Amino acid sequence: MKTFKGRVLAKGNWEGEAIVSHQGVNTLATFQKSALKNAKTVIASDQNNPDIFKKELTGKALCLPITIGSTTGGLVIQAICALKIHPACLLFSEHIDSLAASGVVLANVWEHSDMIAIDNLGKEFLETVKTGDKLKVSEDGTVTIL
Amino acid sequence: MYKPKMKLTKEEQAILDGEQGPVMQQIMETVVRFGDMFEAPRLVNVTHHEGHLVTSFGIGIIKPLFTTMDKLVEADIHTKAKFTVDPRPLDYENVKCNLIEKLVFNKILYSEQARYEKQLTAVGLKNKNAFTCACYFPEVGNTPKKGDILSWAESSAVNYANSVLGARVNRNSGMIDLFGSILGKVPEFGLLTNEGRKAKWKVTLKLSKLPEAQILGSAIGMKVMEDVPYVIGLDKFLGKELNDDVKGYLKDFGAATASNGAVGLYHIDGITPEAKELGHKLIRKDAKEYVIDDAELERVYKSYPIMWKKANKKGNLAFIGCPHLSFAQLNDWTDKITNALKEAGRSKVAVRTIMTTAPDVKEKFMKTDKYQQLMATGVKLSCICPLMYTNNPVTKIRRIMTTSNKLRTYSIARYYKSDDMLKILAGKGE
Repeated sequence: MKTFKGRVLAKGNWEGEAIVSHQGVNTLATFQKSALKNAKTVIASDQNNPDIFKKELTGKALCLPITIGSTTGGLVIQAICALKIHPACLLFSEHIDSLAASGVVLANVWEHSDMIAIDNLGKEFLETVKTGDKLKVSEDGTVTIL
Repeated sequence: MYKPKMKLTKEEQAILDGEQGPVMQQIMETVVRFGDMFEAPRLVNVTHHEGHLVTSFGIGIIKPLFTTMDKLVEADIHTKAKFTVDPRPLDYENVKCNLIEKLVFNKILYSEQARYEKQLTAVGLKNKNAFTCACYFPEVGNTPKKGDILSWAESSAVNYANSVLGARVNRNSGMIDLFGSILGKVPEFGLLTNEGRKAKWKVTLKLSKLPEAQILGSAIGMKVMEDVPYVIGLDKFLGKELNDDVKGYLKDFGAATASNGAVGLYHIDGITPEAKELGHKLIRKDAKEYVIDDAELERVYKSYPIMWKKANKKGNLAFIGCPHLSFAQLNDWTDKITNALKEAGRSKVAVRTIMTTAPDVKEKFMKTDKYQQLMATGVKLSCICPLMYTNNPVTKIRRIMTTSNKLRTYSIARYYKSDDMLKILAGKGE
């Protein structure tokens, strides 16, 4: 069991499964296929990200360094939250980037989304956590790998 | 109710408290919370009020955008000044589509286009010609001054405004650009601050000739990602003057840094305004170093994957102009294509070719003899966003070629150097 502490951007308590991307997540490329299809779950569609490609993200804790790609990124995060197919948590090892930050705020203010977001969890977090690990996320920004 | 961490003025706090209605309250909360995530100490006034929005397309994936826009229209909320917006995704007159493509575009991908354009007009769209990613062209007129604070999001326009014009804007997301233009205020952090504009990378060029702007930008973007690079050695080839040719070069270079990485600002030693003013003082003491020689550029160029289904086949559609071509670039490409065809003994291009530019630039170009010269080659001139056109599963059956590294990055288009593209258009290449 290992614990990490980050900065809370959107708080909540949660337990569930991790999915890990060691590279920046291209928001548009990852989410667009599922959102366009009005799918019930997000299957990551970015073929340039082998860590998460073709894996289900909905209801999981997406562990990532930052997001990258098109500056529509914030809107895409808002859209998947509006469709309620979003990851349960976004857990950033680094300081959140401006596109993801926009998405977290837009989802919270305009969609009243329950998506949890924590950043600054540190490099070691991303080196330690593995896809499939069980995580406990607390509203004070503590993330425990169970 | 949200308690801001940054210090707000009485007027700003009143909006956050809902004195101007619930929608303005939500807009203010969004901008303040966004700024708080970056420890912004306050909001600052936008000094170049003409906004520019990154979302020009009524794509179904961003449905909440249309709902939010409805709320703005209903509450009679407008931007402080008129705004421009990225290019339209479709132009059936100049970029022909088959029936299946039209069906996918009209009924699935861009089904909300007409509704969205009505919403844009209601909130403050400048005019029918406002659709371009290069709003800073003099013909378009949305051109900030050095030191201006902006609320934009289009990555290539943010990159150009910061770097070539010396304006100040963060690499925002869509919607944040619009909200800042409504409030006339943006959070003060990152590229709005002197410290945030200092270079974390010193890039030294040791090259034998002027590099392809798109490959140099790609190499730097992939290396520095979101950091600010200070590039030394380009003035040896470009000179010290920011003339139209140099601006065109830097536009394409910058778009590649922004799309292959996430660069919002770069400095070019001896050329860009802040580098001219402050020189090497802009380089942080702890800056990392990156040396680029001919071999490094060739390595980067060769690393681009060919994403076509039939990679050994010839391309069947060429796009030139992502970001949109400037007036000088349009003239230059017209001459180069004409000459290449003449040398090859051809009158028309060998491959279906579309060049893209801003509507105002197109109108100006159409009044010149060069326009007829270009039309005679068979090239079509459109104001479309090539990226939006290629971003759909049906178009992927085409083998699209491009001289744009941005288009290569976000689609399955294959990148060609300008000289190689000319050969192909003249029926000589591949």
